[in-house]
Parts: sequence; structure tokens; C-alpha cells
Amino acid sequence: MPESINYWPLLGVATVIAGFALRRNPVLVVVIAGVVSALAAGIRVPDLLALLGQTFVENRTLLLFLLTLPVIGLLEHYGLREHARNWISGFRGLTLTRFQVAYLGLRQLLSMIGLTHVAGHPQTVRPLVAPMSEAAAERTLGGPLSDAERATVRASAAATDNVGLFFGEDVFMAFGAVLLIQGFYARNDIVLEPLAISLWALPTAIAAFVIHALRVRLLQRRLERERKRANGAADAAP
Amino acid sequence: MLRLEYLYWLVGAFLIATALLNLRERHYSIAAFWMILAGPFVLGDLILAATTHGEKWPAQAMGVGVIALGLLAARGRQRVTADALGEHERRVASATRLGNRLFTPALAIPLLTVALYLGGKFLSSRGINLLDPKNLTLTALGLASILALGAALRSTRARPMQSILEGRRLLDSLSWAVLLPMILATLGGVFAATGVGDTIAALTAAVIPIDSRIACLLAFALGMVFFTIIMGNAFAAFPVMMAGIGLPLLILRHGADPAVLGAIGMLTGYCGTLLTPMAANFNIVPAVLLELPDQYGVIRSQVPTALALMVVNILLMIVLVFR
Repeated sequence: MPESINYWPLLGVATVIAGFALRRNPVLVVVIAGVVSALAAGIRVPDLLALLGQTFVENRTLLLFLLTLPVIGLLEHYGLREHARNWISGFRGLTLTRFQVAYLGLRQLLSMIGLTHVAGHPQTVRPLVAPMSEAAAERTLGGPLSDAERATVRASAAATDNVGLFFGEDVFMAFGAVLLIQGFYARNDIVLEPLAISLWALPTAIAAFVIHALRVRLLQRRLERERKRANGAADAAP
Repeated sequence: MLRLEYLYWLVGAFLIATALLNLRERHYSIAAFWMILAGPFVLGDLILAATTHGEKWPAQAMGVGVIALGLLAARGRQRVTADALGEHERRVASATRLGNRLFTPALAIPLLTVALYLGGKFLSSRGINLLDPKNLTLTALGLASILALGAALRSTRARPMQSILEGRRLLDSLSWAVLLPMILATLGGVFAATGVGDTIAALTAAVIPIDSRIACLLAFALGMVFFTIIMGNAFAAFPVMMAGIGLPLLILRHGADPAVLGAIGMLTGYCGTLLTPMAANFNIVPAVLLELPDQYGVIRSQVPTALALMVVNILLMIVLVFR
């Protein structure tokens, strides 16, 4: 290991960990961490500001999803979430497990063919998948959800979307991650076809589907058990 | 051709409108927050162009803006506006009246994105570029949102201004969470520029027994997870762990299969993405969007899946990498 490595920029990492652990405002924590890390690396203030501004602008793509907010907001104002709930609760035999596992599979397949931006938290999870999950859970449990149950079901809807997206996107089609891997190897004189890399993502994709589907099922079981226990306690009361 | 830049201007206009609405209600710091955030969208290309011409002050001014955003974010609070009296009943009545006409515009966003993506791909293979070919999915998503807005206005017969007001309601309830993905990516850039990644990789390589291929593999896999948790992004972790451990130790020294190591190694990093608040757009933004009481609620829901999958990935690599 060369002697000249400067360990001080690691202070930035420490700032991040401490800030999140203390539950300070994440944006402020991240800005401070960036400043600390850059100052510790010996970058002067004018260059630091330019670096911050430049990288900030370069990453604005991440907020393009804001364009969906006026549509989603408008439809919500006219009852989109209420309608999604009514619609899904009309299906016989629908359970929380069946609904979320079906969505997981669909999301994985869509992202496998490169359609990663088709679904997402603002576009589909908030207006459709979350209220539909709640309605499916109400059917399964046979009654309205408590606040805690509602939060659990919603969190599971978001988690299902993430798992479906992450563990579908690297299979078959050559997208971002696969090209990044191929590019790294190419720079180091290892030549690989994108497809040769992406096919190895398939075992993990299948494992992710199985594991998460099982977890949704376990979640439904847990909710049912807790409901039964609560009802039992209520019946036992005089 | 529809350039991504035009869509950025539209995002900027939406942010400015939100800022003005807040200003009218005398929410000064919230107004300032959205106004500064409009900067990269309205002036982004000018700032980047100035930097390439050696003119530094626009980027520096934006840097000051970033710090101001951090300070304003710490002051602001996410406000979930409670429903006004009778609001819920009104929505239920409207849902019954409009029925499936509400689904059409909502589903139009994903369906049109697909159609525009495929259509754009087809046309650009013939040399006609209606959508920005370098950012096809994103321009498709942006255009789909605009078309869906048209459909939504038609089926609800709302005034266009209503959509701005409702969009503003969502944006204000998201508040600083909306900024997190962008600011975290910025931190990733700073970490890369200050060599944080190389330092950690060098430290790891110095402490593991490099003659054991299993030890190297474990260090690589856990390093991918750990690094992704810190950076919030497996893409940032991959080159670092690869350069530090994957390439010199696993591939060159122990003869690991690069294709398998790359593919499953990256996916092991994704397990870290499920665990970290740094991946804000996947883990924190939805917690706010879904009005969860705990901002780490989504992460909590993902922990068992992430850990089980990490173990599966490590086992897969042990079996497949050294065939």
C-alpha cells in the first residue's frame, strides 16, 4: 500500500453515518459530508463550490419524475385512489399475497425488457399499487385495516416494487449496469459480450422472486394471526 | 427533436410555479427552496456550457445554492395536509361518477412510455430522431406524462390550473425528500473526486488474507454491500471494489470467471441498496409518498429479503465463480 494515501476524506463517510444515526435532516447531513470530505482532501473553497454545483446539475435527470406529479395529483383529487380500491376489491379470491406477488412478477418482467421507468413509486405505487394492496388486505382480513396494518401493507407495496425493479433489470437486455460491468472489463483488457454477463443475473432474479414472494406470504399470515389473536382477546373480554 | 432539455425547462417551470404559490402564502423559506431547486433545470445547460468554456462562477454560484438548499431543508418540515372536512366523501363520490375514466390517464403514463420508447427506437433505427436517442426512456416518460395530463384534464374536465395546484400539494408534502436523490448523487461525485473509494478498497485489501479465495470473495461481496450502503448506489461501489479486490485478487490471482463475478457481484450490491437511506429515491421518498409514520418503514420491510438474497448471492458466487 502506498504511503501517500490521504485518509482524511473518510471523515465525510463518518459524517454520513453519524448524521443518519442521529436522524438529522438527511439533506443537511449530505451537504455537510460533501463539504467535509472535500475540505479534508485539500480542495480549496472555490473549487469545492464549483465541484458541488457541477455535479448537482449533472444529476438533475433524477428529478424528471416530477413531471408525473401534476397528473397523479389531479387524478387523486378526483378519487383515483378510492376507485383503485373499489375496483380491486371486486375480485373474488384475491388476497394480499396473490396481488403483490403478481405485481412483483410483472415488475420483474417489465424491467427485464428494459421498461424500468414504466412503474415506480410516484407513477404506480402511490396511486395504484398501495391502495389496491390495502383493498386486497382488507378482503383477506375481512375488515378495515388499523393504522399499523395499513403502514405495514403500504411499506410492503413499496418494497415489492423495489425488489422487482432491482432484480429484473440486469437480465437479458444490455442496460446500465451490464454496460458498466462490460465497460470496466474492457478498460482492463477483458473483452466480454453484454449478453454473456447479463445471463448470469438470471439465478439471482429467480431467487429474488422466490424469497420475496415467500416474505409477502409470511406477512399475510402474520397479519391474519395477529387479527385472530386480537379478535380472541376481544371475545374473551366480558 | 424533443430534447431532454425541454423537459427540464418544464420541470423548472413547475418548480417556479410551486415557489410562487408558496410565496403568495408567505411561506418564504419553502418558496426559496423550490426557487433555488429550479436553478439546475432552467439554467443547467448554461452552467455546464460555462464550465466547459473555463468560466467557473456559474457552477460556483450553484454550489452556494446547494449549501443553501441544505440549510433550508433543515428548517423546513414535511407537511402532510390533512383532508378538509367532507373531502374524503367528495373524492368517493367523484370516484363513483368517473369510474374507470380515472384509470385511463393513470395507465397512460406507463403504456405511453412503452409505446413512445419502442416507436422512438424504431424510428431512430431508420435515422429519424423525434425523441432524444441518448435519453430515450426518459424523454418517453416525460412526453407520456404530458400526454397523460391532457387525457386527465379531458376526462375530469378540470381547469389546467387545478393540475398545478394538485402537483404543488404533492410536491410540498414531499418537501426535502424530493431533493435527496439528486443531492446524494452529488455526494457520490464528491466522494469519487476525493478518492474515498480507493482509500477504503486499499484498506480492505490490506487486512484480508489474500491467499484464501473464499476470504477474497467474502471481502468482495460484503464490500459491495457495505460500499453501496455508504454511497447509496451499487454503480458507485462496483468500480471501487472491482479495482481494489475483484480484478487483482479474484480474477487475476485466483482465476475467477469475470462474467459471473461482475453480474452477481453487482446484484449483491443491490442488496445493499435495499438497506440504505442513502438510496433515497427507492427507500425514503416512497416512505414519504405513502405517508408512512416511520421514514425507515420501507427499509425495515426490505431487510429480510435483502439479507437472504445476499447469502444466496454469495453461495452462488462460491459455486459458479471458480468453476
